[in-house]
Amino acid sequence: MTAALAIENLTKTYANGFQALKGVSLTVRKGDFYALLGPNGAGKSTTIGIISSLITKTSGQVRIFGHDIDHDFNSAKRLLGLVPQEFNFNVFEPVEEILVNQAGYFGIDRPRAFARAEQCLRQLGLWEKRREQARDLSGGMKRRLMIARALVHQPKLLILDEPTAGVDIEIRRSMWAYLRELNAAGTTIILTTHYLEEAESLCRHIGIIDAGELIEDTSMKQLLGQLDMETFVLDLRRPLRALPPLERGNVRLLDETTLEADISRDNSINFLFEALSRHNIEVLSMRNKTNRLEQLFVHMLENNGGDKA
Amino acid sequence: MTLGEQYIAFKAIVIKEVLRFLRIWVQTIVPPVITMSLYFVIFGNLIGSQIGAMDGYRYMDYIVPGLIMMSVITNSYANVVSSFYGCKFHRHIEEMLVSPLPYYLIILGFMFGGIARGMMVGLAVTLVSMLFTDLPLHNLAVVVTTVILTSALFSLAGLINAVFAKSFDDISIVPTFVLTPLTYLGGVFYSIHMLPELWQQVSRLNPILYMVNTFRYGFLGISDIDIGLAYAIIFGFIAALYGYALYLLKTGHGIRK
Repeated sequence: MTAALAIENLTKTYANGFQALKGVSLTVRKGDFYALLGPNGAGKSTTIGIISSLITKTSGQVRIFGHDIDHDFNSAKRLLGLVPQEFNFNVFEPVEEILVNQAGYFGIDRPRAFARAEQCLRQLGLWEKRREQARDLSGGMKRRLMIARALVHQPKLLILDEPTAGVDIEIRRSMWAYLRELNAAGTTIILTTHYLEEAESLCRHIGIIDAGELIEDTSMKQLLGQLDMETFVLDLRRPLRALPPLERGNVRLLDETTLEADISRDNSINFLFEALSRHNIEVLSMRNKTNRLEQLFVHMLENNGGDKA
Repeated sequence: MTLGEQYIAFKAIVIKEVLRFLRIWVQTIVPPVITMSLYFVIFGNLIGSQIGAMDGYRYMDYIVPGLIMMSVITNSYANVVSSFYGCKFHRHIEEMLVSPLPYYLIILGFMFGGIARGMMVGLAVTLVSMLFTDLPLHNLAVVVTTVILTSALFSLAGLINAVFAKSFDDISIVPTFVLTPLTYLGGVFYSIHMLPELWQQVSRLNPILYMVNTFRYGFLGISDIDIGLAYAIIFGFIAALYGYALYLLKTGHGIRK
């Protein structure tokens, strides 16, 4: 099956001599939801810039659904939608005009462009704002406008470079829901984000770039399977002065009503509840202390030459 | 892209460009009209009435075509240099770069935007000039082709300036230090036959001289230079600037890292 995105030995050295990419190769399958993660300056945005023709590569090959971006850029670009990290629309143009212009650049005539713009703006909750200048939109609306613009020509591969940076949790969750729908409808999505719970919640495959190299490219399930221990925080109904002795697990009392427990992935968590029940300790709620992906991410970067995150 | 799609894409850029300068018409259309009205009053009426005939025409009639051309040159250049640099500065040039738009179409789109502004300002200034003089029309085809070709030429020059510009200061250097002196020395206010032989020859190196004189020929039927040579020079400049602009965009100069 043709990959949605195939990158081979991609390198980029900027004019100042900085080597941003040192031979990155990765493949994103058709229909996938792929997270491209890495610390700031790792090479994520450079990779995306090259895929979308905003940055000139030094060497290597990029194919979008089998179309080489050098030799068949027309077909390749039609299949690609980009939501960049920074706002890059004309803030003085009305919202609808931004989408209609973008559709025009893809050769979509104005009647069809207006229809597509309406569809995208309605889906992203911006239809009522269509006549307003983009500068008058809130931060969250501007983010959604960028997504609407990227979708106006109906791309099969959508790349989002930190799409939820700086938006509140409500908007972020509505954007997640929309992206899930889009992916379920067949659009391949590549996402870069610094919110690792976002990547864990949305993506099926993950690539981690550090210092211009791809240090991990695997499925989310396999990656999370590498965790051998998880830490949970338990909120107790009644205050506890001292922790009774428990047979297994490393359990600590953080304060009178909060426990912290390290549980091996080989063990069932039931034993902890049974042990606490035996001592008449009632648990009100429980949560992961840290995001699982975050734990692995930091660990990998440390192994790759120090804490750069 | 098919030819039909290319036409749609080209139209999209031109519409965007025209809407841009119409949205800010107080900054783009009104100022040249006011400036030229002052020229008509001061140089044409007040000072011009003290000057004798130039090549058989009243001084006011003599300078009007040059002043119209001056506003066309300034505005077509200003339109593209500010619009293209604004696209770069605010990064919405990326909207075009991620699309399948061929580079030549981007250049033509901006160029026609510049032509539209040049013609609109030229027309407005011409209408105002009619309040001061009954301008004869010797050859309409020459008038129309000269205004289109001149604004095309200076639109391309503006685009090249914008490609190289790294700050808003950079887009005002060429108009201030190159374009304005060349325009004033390009025969707008005088015939080069009034100059000593040496300065006549130096003046012939100024491309604006050819545009101003061709345009004046279209209205009055008089010119300091050969019209055929003027067209050849204008076409030559357009071809050279277009080729250079295409080379710059293809190599990503100033627009891609």
